[in-house]
Amino acid sequence: MHIHISTQDGVPIYLQIVRQIRHQVASGILAPGRELPSIRDLAEKLLVNPNTVARAYRELETAGLVEKRRTSGTYVAEGPSPLARREKLRVLSERVDGLLAEASQMQVPLEDLVDLLHQRARALAKKPSLQNPEDHAS
Amino acid sequence: MNQHILEIHDLKRSYGKKVALDGVSLSVPAGGVFGLLGGNGAGKTTVLRHTLGLLAAQSGSVRVFGLDPVADPVGTLARIGYLSENRDLPDWMRIHQLISYSQAFYPNWDPDYAESLRNLFELDPKAFVRSLSRGQRARAGLLVALAHRPDLLILDEPSSGLDPVVRRDILGAIIRTIADEGRTVLFSSHLLDEVERVADRIAILHQGRIQLCARMDQVLSGHSRVQLRFSSAVSHFPPAGIWIHSEGSGHDWSLVAEAGIENIRAEVARLQAEILSVDPMNLDDIFVARTAGKPLAAGVRA
Repeated sequence: MHIHISTQDGVPIYLQIVRQIRHQVASGILAPGRELPSIRDLAEKLLVNPNTVARAYRELETAGLVEKRRTSGTYVAEGPSPLARREKLRVLSERVDGLLAEASQMQVPLEDLVDLLHQRARALAKKPSLQNPEDHAS
Repeated sequence: MNQHILEIHDLKRSYGKKVALDGVSLSVPAGGVFGLLGGNGAGKTTVLRHTLGLLAAQSGSVRVFGLDPVADPVGTLARIGYLSENRDLPDWMRIHQLISYSQAFYPNWDPDYAESLRNLFELDPKAFVRSLSRGQRARAGLLVALAHRPDLLILDEPSSGLDPVVRRDILGAIIRTIADEGRTVLFSSHLLDEVERVADRIAILHQGRIQLCARMDQVLSGHSRVQLRFSSAVSHFPPAGIWIHSEGSGHDWSLVAEAGIENIRAEVARLQAEILSVDPMNLDDIFVARTAGKPLAAGVRA
């Protein structure tokens, strides 16, 4: 599991961990049933306070994205979680918000932006190799 | 059982006319990592030296594990691991001598742990302390500080002047130390990136005074940078109330607020100004806002 921590933008570290794991679960990089690293191991790997990792895991557990198993560690929740769709939309919403903000700064009207989305979707559909932007990005 | 490992109350210290600590109060709870931040000469080392009982309080009080470290050095020092800023180690010893020498001081010394640290840090038992590189010297100091598994680990500027590989070792050691239940780390640093990574709580020391002492997440979420535009030009806007730092001129000002968004909105409305943006701040920015442009009054008063 790859997580990148930045201390540049003022986002609390536990929140960075929560967001990146959420994103990896929603996009399928972390499959259901997959075991997450132990709190101590992840803390040592990221060089962050173990309490910070524990807090991130607690939030993910409360949100139903991961589950603690009694005898062992923390796992990505099994099965089609009722939250999965909401999670995906939530992750996408963040991206869309950024896009809208940028479009507004460039004074591109919303209708043009929607047209552009359709246009790009058609263009991407013709190039199967680019259909999975997540793989493309990593 | 005292739930604070360290309690400092209204501690004052002067060196001649120079006031080093001007009424410092601090509580360090058991468990977790406490970061003491400050620029050069802010008084960090002076605070740590009081904690170790190396300095007696001129006024105010210091309690470690509920004990006075000056009156009861045996009861406190046996439970403290300390890495000094200058890594004071006996230069004439070889590493294996340093290890057996240090072992004699601590009833709880764990020889197996010491040996595993020596291996991890790749310290040659035959090497003389004086021949060690800066990084190896820091590692040797860390070994001595850790091998008796202290309840309180005190590190004074642990990664100052070290390369990234040694810094990782030191941060890793801090993390492992608190992952073992109940242990507490108190470290001073001016490297805010590593403080933000490992500290649960921080205190900012500036000119002998505590400017801020809080949980790390509260520090980060409690400060925002607010860009605003006044309806009529403002020539002078000194920080007051929720505003702890200000810069700008005319209509456009950049302010640092210590308040939630609701309070910020209310204050800005009261100023008859318009919010252009509200952004989170990293620890670096918060530190600067907290310490820049503060009057010198406290530090140099006779």
